[in-house]
Amino acid sequence: MTLAQRKRLLMKASPWLLLLFLGLFWELVCFAFQIPDYLFPAPTDIWRSWLEYRPQIIEHATQTLFTTVVGFALAVVFGLVLGMLVGSSPVIYKAVYPLMVGFNSIPKVAFVPVLVVWFGIGTVPAILTAFLISFFPVVVNMATGLATLEPELQDVMRSLGASRIDILKKVALPRSMPYFFASLKVAITLAFVGSVISETVASNVGIGYLMLSASSTMDMGLVFAGLVVIGVMGVVMYELFALVERRMTGWATRGSDPAF
Amino acid sequence: MDLVEFENVSMRYGEDGPLAIENISLSVKENEFVAVVGPSGCGKSTLMKLVTGLAPPSDGYVYLGGKQVAGPQKGVGMAFQASNLLPWRTTLENVLLPLEIVAEYRHKFRREKTQFEELGRALLKRVGLAGCEHKYPWELSGGMQQRASICRALIHRPSLLMLDEPFGALDAFTREELWCMVRDLWQEEPFTVVLVTHDLREAVFLADTVYVMSKGPGRILVRKPVNLPRPRELSVTYTDPFADLVFELRDHIGRIREGS
Repeated sequence: MTLAQRKRLLMKASPWLLLLFLGLFWELVCFAFQIPDYLFPAPTDIWRSWLEYRPQIIEHATQTLFTTVVGFALAVVFGLVLGMLVGSSPVIYKAVYPLMVGFNSIPKVAFVPVLVVWFGIGTVPAILTAFLISFFPVVVNMATGLATLEPELQDVMRSLGASRIDILKKVALPRSMPYFFASLKVAITLAFVGSVISETVASNVGIGYLMLSASSTMDMGLVFAGLVVIGVMGVVMYELFALVERRMTGWATRGSDPAF
Repeated sequence: MDLVEFENVSMRYGEDGPLAIENISLSVKENEFVAVVGPSGCGKSTLMKLVTGLAPPSDGYVYLGGKQVAGPQKGVGMAFQASNLLPWRTTLENVLLPLEIVAEYRHKFRREKTQFEELGRALLKRVGLAGCEHKYPWELSGGMQQRASICRALIHRPSLLMLDEPFGALDAFTREELWCMVRDLWQEEPFTVVLVTHDLREAVFLADTVYVMSKGPGRILVRKPVNLPRPRELSVTYTDPFADLVFELRDHIGRIREGS
């Protein structure tokens, strides 16, 4: 094996190695200090809970994944449209920004009760919370991508007789794609936060609800199993969008690994 | 016939900002190669904006092709100091961009794409970029990017080519190579060029007529026809008549400096 090959292998294995190391460390700490599993379960306890409650966890996780993805999809569509409006018109930019920043500063958990009054408990408030929490980065990034279009490039296009739509289609939108995909990666993780918050407060289905009910019976193993499942779903979705990003905007990283 | 005509044109940015250029009158004949030189901040770029209709004059009249300029002119080719190539398009796709925009070509772009591609390839070959058609801009050197940028400015056979310090960011050898490239392109199929630069040798080597502008507000100080025989070899830049011309122009610029 050459040096370069070994280096590449290490790169690929590095996240797994770190995970393994942290897991072992965690297990060791729980074992060494004899921490009771109703306070802080070791990875082996979590694994045991997972094996025991697998069908329930999967059922609730599916619900969470569903509400998250639907909320996220709404956020992407809405964020894309609003971002395009905000980014391509200075007036809308000025008008909408303060309002949006203000809205985004409201803790979404405080808003869930309102949604419950409007829509009842369960799926709908979870979807809406996921949507509300995750559309902001999409709007901001899309608007930034469009608003930072180089003036010279605009001049080139305008001197060819390009309309605003032409400039948007041929230059501004493709140029904003790296910003857009970067925002998707942020938004999908936020969407999980949103749906789980809503499920914790007002639902009888979903990982958030599962964790809440497990903690009320002091079943910490199950609570942590729920946490791990959310984390795993988040990573999988993130990687999915990272993959799409690499396929769509490889030109932005010039075909190399996206890091310094 | 005069292609571009300025009649006592003044221009200020904003309501009562300082004058960028003042009382400029000049005319550019069809297929004439004109260079505008002057110290930085003398309003050369303003001149470009006026010709292309990207900005209206505060006073006076600008005519292009016998018609008064009102609004962005269609079918003017532009190239700047930065190549402004689109990083998500290959070199050939970049060069073909104007054909997707300019009214005359856009409706038949899809249908006649192969012919247009041939056109693009042929033009790239003429500037020494054969074989780079499918490379991305960031895979090209600075000089090659600038060649591609000039191809993009010429592909739709504009009546007027505006060059705004197109060789400013290049090293001395590459710059001379590109002078020869522009000279050959122009010699083979003449078109009207307005070259804005602060390199006097460049101006004298390429142009039929050199205008010297003064600094803030920009005024035209001298109009100097260059009567060196064409086609000009690069060696002409080391002859006495060439040096005399450059020296004479340099003298005017020197006086501007003292005067201000």
